[in-house]
Amino acid sequence: MAIGQNSANPRKFQKSQLKIYAVLIPVALVMIFPILYIVNHAFKPMEELFAYPPKFFVSNPSLSNFYKLIRATVTSNVPVARYLFNSIFITICVLVFTLTFTTMAAYALSKMNFKGRKFLLGLNDIGLMFVAIALQIPRYLIVDKLGIHDTYYVHILSLIVLPVGLLLLKQFVDGVPDSLIEAARIDGAGEFKTFTSIIIPMLKPAMATVAILTFQEVWNNLETSQMYIDTDAFKTFAFYMHTLSSNTNTVAGQGLAAAATLILFVPNVVLFIIMQSKVMSTMATSGIK
Amino acid sequence: MDLKRLKQKSVPYIFVLPYFFFFFLFVAIPVVIAVILSFTNFNAIQTPSFVGIKNYVDLFLQDEIFIRYVIPNTVVFAVIVGPGGYLLSFLLAWALSQTTKGPRTILALIIYSPSMTAGTTMAVIWKVLFSGDQLGYINNILIRFDIITEPIIFLQSKKFLLPVMIIVALWGSMGVGFLSMLAGLLNIDPSLYEAARIDGIRNRFQEMIYITIPSIKPQMLFGAIMAIVNAFKQSAIGVSLSGANPTPNYAGQLMVNHISDYGFIRYEMGYACAVSVILLLIIWFFSKGARILFKED
Repeated sequence: MAIGQNSANPRKFQKSQLKIYAVLIPVALVMIFPILYIVNHAFKPMEELFAYPPKFFVSNPSLSNFYKLIRATVTSNVPVARYLFNSIFITICVLVFTLTFTTMAAYALSKMNFKGRKFLLGLNDIGLMFVAIALQIPRYLIVDKLGIHDTYYVHILSLIVLPVGLLLLKQFVDGVPDSLIEAARIDGAGEFKTFTSIIIPMLKPAMATVAILTFQEVWNNLETSQMYIDTDAFKTFAFYMHTLSSNTNTVAGQGLAAAATLILFVPNVVLFIIMQSKVMSTMATSGIK
Repeated sequence: MDLKRLKQKSVPYIFVLPYFFFFFLFVAIPVVIAVILSFTNFNAIQTPSFVGIKNYVDLFLQDEIFIRYVIPNTVVFAVIVGPGGYLLSFLLAWALSQTTKGPRTILALIIYSPSMTAGTTMAVIWKVLFSGDQLGYINNILIRFDIITEPIIFLQSKKFLLPVMIIVALWGSMGVGFLSMLAGLLNIDPSLYEAARIDGIRNRFQEMIYITIPSIKPQMLFGAIMAIVNAFKQSAIGVSLSGANPTPNYAGQLMVNHISDYGFIRYEMGYACAVSVILLLIIWFFSKGARILFKED
């Protein structure tokens, strides 16, 4: 089989691509199936949830599951708005800290020479492999010792570090030409000035990418609420959605669960679609050498 | 040393301090604590008492559940979800790189989208699909096509829980590693392909082996490490699917669940830490392996 003019990243459609689509489209259908399922299920009115045999597509879409989701909270002590506020507040705080701290560290690790640089880079690479769940017990003890158990601090502080974020940003700073930084220095800019006026503007795509990853990490996070928080009013929206939807033994519960999952999922997708070109330009430099 | 030079020297450390402060607090120190506690008997209330390597000895010689269920399950799960998910990520990224921009963007978004769902929340949906009553979609389809006569209780079954977990984990395994490999593939210098064609490379397969893979080694390594992490991160899914820890008949019990079981249900934290240390060693070992595999030769 002959390859066309440009087989990777082609500009035009060619017949030889049909084979590729023949594989990709079925895979994409399988991948999107559960998501389509949630969308359909979330809008099903009660009688369609009970329908036998079950139907995949909704025929009379209704918002009743979403109304019930809101009403379910009115009967418990904490209103859904509180959970939503918690999640938004926590996510914004983590985003601000993560982006500031990680960008600073990435700049220093990429463009400055100092003792311990290699060591810290190696340490972060090891951090990349760590799975939070394997460290849940010592982390629990540390949180307890710090006295931040059952406070907002634990939500924010324990999620600030994102080793993937540092790696992506550091690789991206590597691509910033040294001559630009030297030019800024000749103009009399100190390290902090160089950082804010040269590095930050150039890093925007990578920062957007790290922002998305951080958002996914924090917005979807259940562990901090499950492990460190006792007071209901300090728990997050994701946790609340999770508890509501765990009661899926009833058919009506399944409708609620689908609506809850959809509400949680949509912000992720919207953010990703808006920023996807920035993500791809960041990922191009993401490799580990 | 005068003050100015001292100031100059401290600048890099000021830049890295905030990030690494939290890194040490929530990553590095927990690892050290886990290692120390793994040599103790600790019930989370009384002071830990030193017991030497007893926890490790018990784990490998006494803990029947660990040996009979947890190890085999973890191996099967990790071997399929790790390398399987990685291969899938690479092949899909490669296939996407062979298509034009418009369709590629849409298909890439669809394939990545499972990674944007909160893993455990998503388990809810899989629970419905695999539900054991007649309303379960999979059962319904199987019955309709006369493959089975009685619905299968997938999520409480000794035979089916682990396969279902693997399907769900594979479904969610096209994450950052996948995006990284896709971006790497799209940024390969086109002149490399032209040169290869002059050198006599004839088809897409040869092109993949001789040009594509060597060109994106760094992204392949990044993808490999993310695949390993992902395989272990997703392993909590059995408890979400079956709704119980331990999972029914320990059918989906993985190391992560074993840690939670001992740490937060039985409060044998020293023992749970020993399991954590073993798990960390396993992850480290595989990541190291990936590094050696992709080192520039």
